Amino acid sequence: MSEFDAATAAVEAALAAGARYADARVMYRRQESMTALNGEIEELVQDEDAGLGVRALVGSGWGFFAVPDLGSARGAGERAAAIAAASASVAGPAADLVPVPAGSATWASECLVDPLAVPLSDKGDLLVTATAEARRAGADLAEGLYHIWDTRKWFVSSEGHRIEQHIRECGAGIAATAVGEGETQRRSYPAFRGQYGTRGWELVDELDIGAHATRVAEEARALLTAPQCPAGQTTLILGSEQLALQIHESVGHAIELDRILGWEAAFAGTSWLELDRLGRLTYGSELMNIVIDPTIPGALGSFGYDDEGTPAARRYAVHNGQWVGVLSGRDSAAVAGLDYGGSVRSDGWARLPMVRMTNVGLEPGPHTLDEIVAATDDGVYMENNRSWSIDDKRLNFQFGCEIGWEVKNGRLGRMLRNPTYTGIGPRFWRSMDMLSGEIVTWGTPNCGKGQPGQIGHTGHPSAPARFTGVRVGVRG
Amino acid sequence: MSEVDLAAQVLDLVRTLSGPGTQAEVLVERRTLALTRFANSYIHQNVADTTTTVRLRLHRDGRTAGGSTTLTVADALRDLVQRTAAASRLCPPDPGWPGLAPPSPVDEPVAVDEDVIAATPADRAARVRAFVDACAGLPAAGYCRTAHGTSAFANSAGQSALGATTQASMDGVARSTAADGAARLAGPRLSDVDGAVLGARAAAKALAGAEPIELRPGRYEVVLEPLAVGDILQSLALYGFNGKAVNEHRSFVAPGEEQFDESVTLVDDPTGPGQAGLLFDAEGTPRRPLTLVRAGVTEAVVHDRRTAAVAGTASNGRALLGGASWGAVPQNLALLPGHGAAPAEVPGPAADSSVLDLVTGVRYGLLVSDHWYTRVLDPRPLVVTGLTRNGVWLIEHGEITRPVRNLRFTQSYPQALAPGGVLGVAAYSAPGASHWDLASYAAPALRLAGWNFTGGVSG
Repeated sequence: MSEFDAATAAVEAALAAGARYADARVMYRRQESMTALNGEIEELVQDEDAGLGVRALVGSGWGFFAVPDLGSARGAGERAAAIAAASASVAGPAADLVPVPAGSATWASECLVDPLAVPLSDKGDLLVTATAEARRAGADLAEGLYHIWDTRKWFVSSEGHRIEQHIRECGAGIAATAVGEGETQRRSYPAFRGQYGTRGWELVDELDIGAHATRVAEEARALLTAPQCPAGQTTLILGSEQLALQIHESVGHAIELDRILGWEAAFAGTSWLELDRLGRLTYGSELMNIVIDPTIPGALGSFGYDDEGTPAARRYAVHNGQWVGVLSGRDSAAVAGLDYGGSVRSDGWARLPMVRMTNVGLEPGPHTLDEIVAATDDGVYMENNRSWSIDDKRLNFQFGCEIGWEVKNGRLGRMLRNPTYTGIGPRFWRSMDMLSGEIVTWGTPNCGKGQPGQIGHTGHPSAPARFTGVRVGVRG
Repeated sequence: MSEVDLAAQVLDLVRTLSGPGTQAEVLVERRTLALTRFANSYIHQNVADTTTTVRLRLHRDGRTAGGSTTLTVADALRDLVQRTAAASRLCPPDPGWPGLAPPSPVDEPVAVDEDVIAATPADRAARVRAFVDACAGLPAAGYCRTAHGTSAFANSAGQSALGATTQASMDGVARSTAADGAARLAGPRLSDVDGAVLGARAAAKALAGAEPIELRPGRYEVVLEPLAVGDILQSLALYGFNGKAVNEHRSFVAPGEEQFDESVTLVDDPTGPGQAGLLFDAEGTPRRPLTLVRAGVTEAVVHDRRTAAVAGTASNGRALLGGASWGAVPQNLALLPGHGAAPAEVPGPAADSSVLDLVTGVRYGLLVSDHWYTRVLDPRPLVVTGLTRNGVWLIEHGEITRPVRNLRFTQSYPQALAPGGVLGVAAYSAPGASHWDLASYAAPALRLAGWNFTGGVSG
């Protein structure tokens, strides 16, 4: 039985069992990851998983069932419909789906060098060499990793969708940790847990992680004796990697429509945003232009079609500082009275598709990092995330970074250790007064959401930016 | 084909395809997970799946590789063995390979609950209905989950083990305009989960949270309810008692030292009350109850075979899947309860009477229901930042007086539990479920001398 045949059988069975809508995804995913420590390989794992997940709508109730065996597709469709019928015993309002054109399509991400075809010895040598060099340069713990995902999926819906996609993702990074008296300090390159994209191994080649091994080790060791980041209110300049996570946490999650509607209230939380203010709320300064864009070539949140069959499309979430868009799915959009979905994905065949970030990031600003530093009389510059925490409405955040520097009279000064900053999302974004045009699209491969838990892959175009009146140096 | 048969088949394939000198271990896990999720007082997501995962790790000629598949047909198993063997040949050497777990008896499996295995969508929906109805008109959200796992382990050194677990859990909030109230419980039996009791408790908290006051950040005496203490236990498990973190000097834990208040005894025990866990680990080593802290003195850290070899000791059976980079972690950590009467439901915001018993002794402090989004700021002293969630109240002269808006804290967890820091341990430990796996914990409420609140949620 072909993948499309299995998905079709599942959908037909769900309809026969009483569903008024059904869709099914067959997914086959291969993963490979390797970690190295201090010049030796710690672990190499090659995983594959395959199966079918079917979603059925009976009345206003949803049901989802997943099986690894495509031969059980019809039974899975029937089980999904039965679960949906049980949902109706604690029923909500009528469920509708915003329209999406049906049809057949295929899509594949760009990939110049198949990462699974690169010899393991080459990939191992890369991590061994880089971590050995960082160790030699003074790291007590020199860690390196890469991760590869190769996902094929076949989507069929009762409305006539028949979509095949092949998405290849990979990335890598290194980290050096120095152990001192009662504390540790870490530096990473290019980001904590690495940089990722929907690209081939050429992405890892471009990172050239070995070239940064000495620097991260030396900086980690230097941090042990650097002065603490002072506490107080100041002007804060963030590097693009840290700002990418700031976007992820305080914008990306806040604009998820399922959170706004209360569907995640018990776990991931809700949002400070209220739908009746969409289009009428100032989120940030006029420099703030946040775009939802799953069409960016090579970005980690890119795809051709989301897991409801909606074609990838670019739209503003924040335009000139005004909140104008959300991340949504077909059912949540219908509830909210909006006319677009397009941001629904599942973490594999065994998990329910749900509203997820795609690529959510900034449009470039008019400055450069050098210009921002030169224009700052007194402040702190922070790079690379070390810790992140935000409240369940996505308002109050506190981030720790790996490293900071004083900024005095337009120049970078002393290195600072344990830099942290805290604030309230909209106040913080409204204080952004300088934004660089040096955009990097960072990939976040570890976005947790949902019950059962799902891991999402997201992308975040970001650039260095300056914020005023920010509280820094929070410590326990 | 049973999990045991699958494991044996993969070992046979290793012998055939990779040669007799290959060391191999196989773990076959069959998981059935069903979760009924509700929000705005109706079921909005309702899912189930059954997955069998075959995991193989093999070591040959000084090189190691691992792999897994969810495909269990003969061709897929053969492919798993062939590609893992090929990977091991191409991989750089692994000088730290600790060898396979030797044959060693594993304790008899804990009895599973047939009601969990047989639970239907209607059974879960009935518990959701009971939770929603008990919220007396307040919007409710949460989930009811039933999970059943069967695992078989075999390695080429002759070790084998079989185990099964069941877990039923419910986690929900009742939502008022000003605040949410939460209730959460997990146990190995379906009968452990009573939606009406949990819904009523959540609603009482939500109703008691109206018109919260803003409190100035600072250091406050606190009573942490079991949900918040559960967060502390999970952080101690991941970052503190992890043998790899200790080996690498990233953990504060130092065996033999009096690192905690004398009222603190921590055990990792898959057979403890309310716990769900296998009696062997991912490497096949028996997982027996282990005391990590006894009366404030750190006694042990947890190890897999690799971290144990580095430390010059033996594994105590805490290997995780894919744990070479994470290390070994306690998966059933329990803080043993104090002495006193069995808990009873009480009116108002306290979770139960064992919490109120602690509140009585506080002259001025805070009652904290739950923690949220806690992350490590400084790994070695385990300084964590996070927020309160689902209800905070001021305690004055032993009475819960006023609700307080949520606060951000930045606090070293071991410092809060250090000698002299624990002023009371409640008489009841509430079992809780991990969000991510069939792991669990058991936590009593704690009265702590100080907790460092560093900001209000509104700024």
